Amino acid sequence: MTEATLRVWRGDRDGGAFEDYTVPTDEGMVVLDVIHKVQELRAPDLAVRWNCKAGKCGSCSAEINGAPRLMCMTRMNTFDPGEPITVSPIKAFPVIKDLVSDVSFNYEKAKTIPAFAARPKEADGTRRMYQEEVERVQEFHKCIECFLCQDVCHVIRDHDENKMAFSGPRYFVRLAALEMHPLDANDRMELIRAKQGLGFCNITKCCTEVCPEHIKITDNAIIPLKERVVTEFYDPLAWAKRRVFGRSGRGLPPAAAPGPSSPHSREPEPPSA
Amino acid sequence: MAADYGTRMATTAGVTRGTVTTQVERPDRWWLEPVAIVSVLGLFVLYSAWAGLVNAHYYSEPYLSPFYSPCITSSCPHVTFGVPFVGDWWGFSPAVFIVGFPLVFRLTCYYYRRSYYRAFFWAPPACTVPDARAKYAGETRFPFILQNLHRYTWYLAVPIWAILTYDAVLAFIFPTPDHTGFRLGVGLGSLIMLANVAFIGLYTFSCHSCRYLCGGYLDRFRGAPIRYRLWNTVNRLNTRHGLFAWLSLFSVGLTDLYIRIVSMGWLVDPRIVF
Repeated sequence: MTEATLRVWRGDRDGGAFEDYTVPTDEGMVVLDVIHKVQELRAPDLAVRWNCKAGKCGSCSAEINGAPRLMCMTRMNTFDPGEPITVSPIKAFPVIKDLVSDVSFNYEKAKTIPAFAARPKEADGTRRMYQEEVERVQEFHKCIECFLCQDVCHVIRDHDENKMAFSGPRYFVRLAALEMHPLDANDRMELIRAKQGLGFCNITKCCTEVCPEHIKITDNAIIPLKERVVTEFYDPLAWAKRRVFGRSGRGLPPAAAPGPSSPHSREPEPPSA
Repeated sequence: MAADYGTRMATTAGVTRGTVTTQVERPDRWWLEPVAIVSVLGLFVLYSAWAGLVNAHYYSEPYLSPFYSPCITSSCPHVTFGVPFVGDWWGFSPAVFIVGFPLVFRLTCYYYRRSYYRAFFWAPPACTVPDARAKYAGETRFPFILQNLHRYTWYLAVPIWAILTYDAVLAFIFPTPDHTGFRLGVGLGSLIMLANVAFIGLYTFSCHSCRYLCGGYLDRFRGAPIRYRLWNTVNRLNTRHGLFAWLSLFSVGLTDLYIRIVSMGWLVDPRIVF
């Protein structure tokens, strides 16, 4: 049996400091196991949020040696013996106690996104979607809402004043899943540009780097959304095409029966080329 | 390593909250990437500016430097397509007319944006390392809002790649010793130019805007099989867009350097002429 020393941040909204804890460790442990050892042997009042211990619930997000990670997916054998290991709460959100942060910012942002609204049924009374169409959005549904991407995003991490105008990468993944859904009828383009603050993203890809589900957030969600926003608001040829030919579909079948009405319903728009 | 971990209050989306303000320093050498990018991009910009303005040693038959292609002034030793669009009155380097097209394509490229926002603007210099500036507006204001026109720079980049490919084909056609005819052959310069257009092609056609224009704008691929296949192909290339960005940058610079030193007589181009 070996020992490990963790520098764990202890405190609450009024402030705090790092405290060192040395505890015995076993082979195969992850950082969350060692935190539980600290709770068991040294600090029973240490607050930590966790649930599945399998990298699927997204509860145990923290910053380990300054890097946003899931504690349950960070193996202790990735550190050199004797290497100091710092564990602190995710920085972009306020501390409640010790390693537990208040992530309600994210839930507030989630409320601002119009939900899925089904397209009208086809002529035969069905709604169909095909494997090649859903494959693209399936990637986005792997999100476990650990909010590590939100934490690492410098737009809100370093600029608190942007929180009103910027929703963050997790919600661009959500928006991409909805916007690219073959059966969704809502139009969120103006919302994405003006209210969700897509233009704040300067695609430095930190969100992609920290995603424990390996979702290509920047390449597959944010950049395609940026391109759609360009078509809608910045591309003069697309604008001219709309003026001359009107809006045309993005490969969408003609509707035969009315679906659920929505204030955001739209006919999607192809680019200029 | 770490200092006090203070809190402050802010109001976001109607929720009163405190925000952690103290930075825990990353123990790794995060600064290596921005230093490397500044060094490589800085060196490339300096070299390409010098090479583009020096107006000499950019052609060694049948090789034309990519910095000067298409060569459209009558002063060019090898006028592309044989038709000079600019007459003798132009006394400066013909590269001036061309260099802007690939430059804006790379400048607005999503991959290069990631690189130079990190390395030059320090916004942020590395993940979890704080931004250098107190205020940040991203690409919502001038001039960065112009990044939204990247697809137009792609429209410009495609014909430039086509012309460079034409140059690469010409690089396999050598003059006879008495300059009365031409023969097929292959030289080291031919292969370098071929590799250069291959890398530039991979970079150009793995572009995020290209992926979108090929079919990324569709919500439904059924009924658009060609666009789906195109999108799928570009999608696969796109995963290596960053690699192609660097390979094509190096290949452009090295192709010019090779042609330059052959033109200056510092090196004899090894070639086999049939």
